Amino acid sequence: MDIKVNVRESEGDAYVVDLAGEIDVYTSPKVKDAITELIDQGHYNLVINLEKVRYIDSTGLGVLIGGLKRVREHGGSVNLVCTNPQIKKIFDITGLVKIFGIFDDEQSAMKALV
Amino acid sequence: MNAPEAAAQAPGRVELRIPAKAEWVAVARLAAAAVASRLRFSMDEIDDLKLAIAEACTNCIHQSEAIETIEIRWEAGPTGLRVSVNGDGRGPRIESVKSGSGEEEARAGGLGVFLIRSLMDEVEYDVDPHRGPRLVMVKHVQS
Repeated sequence: MDIKVNVRESEGDAYVVDLAGEIDVYTSPKVKDAITELIDQGHYNLVINLEKVRYIDSTGLGVLIGGLKRVREHGGSVNLVCTNPQIKKIFDITGLVKIFGIFDDEQSAMKALV
Repeated sequence: MNAPEAAAQAPGRVELRIPAKAEWVAVARLAAAAVASRLRFSMDEIDDLKLAIAEACTNCIHQSEAIETIEIRWEAGPTGLRVSVNGDGRGPRIESVKSGSGEEEARAGGLGVFLIRSLMDEVEYDVDPHRGPRLVMVKHVQS
């Protein structure tokens, strides 16, 4: 069980964080480190791509919420790419669909940032 | 007779003990899926059970560093699955349950309990001050 994290620069000053695998209490620190590093470098517009994420728990949600809170302090935003019905259901249950922009593809998520 | 039908007619109990460490929660998740697949749960319901049990284990880990092991017990019956998740630690240190250990962790902990209550049909939670937290939850088979 692991999570793969890939960070890449996109349009403007936006960055994409590609995640693949499972985000749980064990793997979420790795995700948190990647997001924190981007924010510390002054990048406040992020797209987090969950397309290849098979599982997320409350610790993973906590990391995403923490990142969103920090970028919003700087006028930034975090949009998510997610089509997995089970993961979308978790965002629905927790009400996080109202907090995050959740999109079916990266292009839409990126367009909504700017 | 397929496995879910057979399991429904021959109730059974499965037990697992894991170290109370983050890297072992995935094992509880895998076991949860294996046990649930022996009953007439849908794929979505199996995913719900996996998440609820993993959240219960994570809750034990976050409760106190004094918790050494987590015991998970599945009791399969004709109407569904009863799961208990018990933290097992030693002595009075258990009473020093973590609090204020970071906003993000507290937020995640609250979400975890909320998710368990949303995904399972019945949930009971208490803390034995000498051993640790105990969470019992039930998921009914819908069909």
